[in-house]
Amino acid sequence: MEPLRSHTGRCLPLRRTNVDTDQIIPSEHCRSVRRTGYADALFARWRTDPGFVFERPERSGATVLLAGAHFATGSSREHAVWALRDWGVAAVVAPSFGDIFRRNALKNGLLAVVLPERAVASLLERAEADPAFDVTLDLEECRVTAGGESWGFDIDARARRLLLAGHDDITATLTRQDAIARHERTRPHWRPALTPGWASVPAEPS
Amino acid sequence: MSAAPATIIDKLWDGAVVCTEPDGPDLLYVDLHLVHEATSPQAFEGLRLSGHKVRRPDLTLAVEDHNVPTDSLTVSDALGREQLETLRRNCADHGIALFPHGHRRQGVVHVVGPELGLVQPGMTVVCGDSHTSTHGAFGALAFGVGTSDVEHVLATQTVAVQKPRTMLVEFTGTPADGVTAKDLMLALITRIGANGAHGHVVEYRGDAVRALSMESRMTMCNLSVEAGARAGLIAPDETTFAYLAGRPGSPAGPAGREAVAHWRTLASDPGAVFDRTVTVDVSGLTPWVTWGTNPGQAVPMAGTVPDPAAFTDPDERAAARRALDYMDLAPGTPMRDIAVDTVFIGSCTNGRLDDLRAAAEVLRGRRVHDGVRVLVVPGSMDVRVHAEREGLHDVFTAAGAEWRLPGCSMCLGMNSDRLPGSQRCASTSNRNYEGRQGPRARTHLVSPAVAAATAVAGRLALPADLPRGDQWNR
Ligand code: SF4
Repeated sequence: MEPLRSHTGRCLPLRRTNVDTDQIIPSEHCRSVRRTGYADALFARWRTDPGFVFERPERSGATVLLAGAHFATGSSREHAVWALRDWGVAAVVAPSFGDIFRRNALKNGLLAVVLPERAVASLLERAEADPAFDVTLDLEECRVTAGGESWGFDIDARARRLLLAGHDDITATLTRQDAIARHERTRPHWRPALTPGWASVPAEPS
Repeated sequence: MSAAPATIIDKLWDGAVVCTEPDGPDLLYVDLHLVHEATSPQAFEGLRLSGHKVRRPDLTLAVEDHNVPTDSLTVSDALGREQLETLRRNCADHGIALFPHGHRRQGVVHVVGPELGLVQPGMTVVCGDSHTSTHGAFGALAFGVGTSDVEHVLATQTVAVQKPRTMLVEFTGTPADGVTAKDLMLALITRIGANGAHGHVVEYRGDAVRALSMESRMTMCNLSVEAGARAGLIAPDETTFAYLAGRPGSPAGPAGREAVAHWRTLASDPGAVFDRTVTVDVSGLTPWVTWGTNPGQAVPMAGTVPDPAAFTDPDERAAARRALDYMDLAPGTPMRDIAVDTVFIGSCTNGRLDDLRAAAEVLRGRRVHDGVRVLVVPGSMDVRVHAEREGLHDVFTAAGAEWRLPGCSMCLGMNSDRLPGSQRCASTSNRNYEGRQGPRARTHLVSPAVAAATAVAGRLALPADLPRGDQWNR
């Protein structure tokens, strides 16, 4: 992965709370075995409305999604992140996120940044009034800057470290193999394991 | 020994920690990794590209559930078939046990793991599915992850997470007869909101919880995620040990005795402090039903559709307006006046044997209302076999309901089990989101007995609402 230090872009204001992952990408679009190709499925049910922000010509090329509280709650489908990214969204700013989505987003280099309600409200207002209004998210400083205002944000420290360095998290965890092996040796011996033959477990356990 | 009293959440967490990363998160060991076809293909693809191996195929179990048809064993849909075939290939390549469509042990991932005795107190369980919280019923730490984490778990058998806050939900009092874990949870979620437990792991406690069967405890923990919680769990007790005894994955003999002795230590110490405590008095509680488009928009069945103007919070007011518009409901409408087109009985929330028994008891000797379609989808093949042994399938089909093969089915509308147009459905599943059961579908969440009564009445109804006249042949 390329290191990610900061991002600047114009906004997609979505003044709605509780946008669940079923809205971001309906389940029938989650049947592909691939990691890309989800741009058309993004908000599929809402895209039929020409007034919807993702359909507005003046928002084309915008990369920073602004949304209400509880963005992307619900299902664990990472397709929601892939669809946003495939469409061209680089960052989402909201007062709160679904936990699993936020993890998924950061793992894919999609900046999911929590700002206080009041900050998001101010950004939404400015962005709705001005399609050229842009926002900078600085991951090194943990700061959002826009229109002369600026707010700090908290972000998962490990995710931030990996994004800044462009490191992949599986490789990072594999440096802990010794600790993992040590833990494995202390696990209770009676914890279940699916040793070969498990798939042919007797149809009728007595 | 540390003197500070610990919650069960602290105990499970500490037991799972492999090491702590310098910048905060703990690396947790995963004792059981459940895998299904919808969120795993890209994870296996990632392994192939990086050359990483699956660290513990023996702690990994795969099933086919989200995308399988429930009317036949033939998968006619090309995308669905590719997803299933990809899972089969991946499991074969990596030596992972798989229960494919049609196998005697196939079913919804959260039904299959527990019925095999593979989920035990003190374990950490993850799956690329948000309702992994179900397994907390066993006193396990169980939570859902995305596909990147699925890949991480396959490669390392760990997951790196910051410890969530702890929350105690205490249900006090005794609910009325016919009130289920589903109703307790809908009442809780309406009270604290669909994000009310955000950032927390919840322990459920109280006499009303102790009295629940393992099946009902799974329903309770399953719905934790609908309160926004990371996970929910119930301390193990005799009910848990009795359920596990004799199941294929459970330790037996001396190992079993050793295990139970350990499991008994998995309870919150007296005086243990939670970050947050919520007490819900369930005395007098009656069955609940949702009227809106998130599980926190619910009322008792005797209630009416609320007036959005009555919500003081502006966001809730706006959400209620939007929900009523989508659901095509007018404020003040009695819930019992709402007619349905379809009834869905199934899912990892309410697709277990107890649930089917409750539905069958209501349908026995009765007929489904004219024009109402009723799908009964067992949570697993094992549930299906046992239900048939008890003759439940005959009850369902005699009443005019469809008796299907196991799968997620209409819970998420991924395969062809989807509501056409803007049909209205009484559903025993867990999400009433816009478009969840079909592009314009309208969903009312209910318990299995209420779903069955609704099927007979053709409108939302409690079993007690049904005329007794047709009971002569019950
Ligand atoms: S039954 Fe529904 S909630 Fe459960 S795993 Fe399947 S889709 Fe998810």
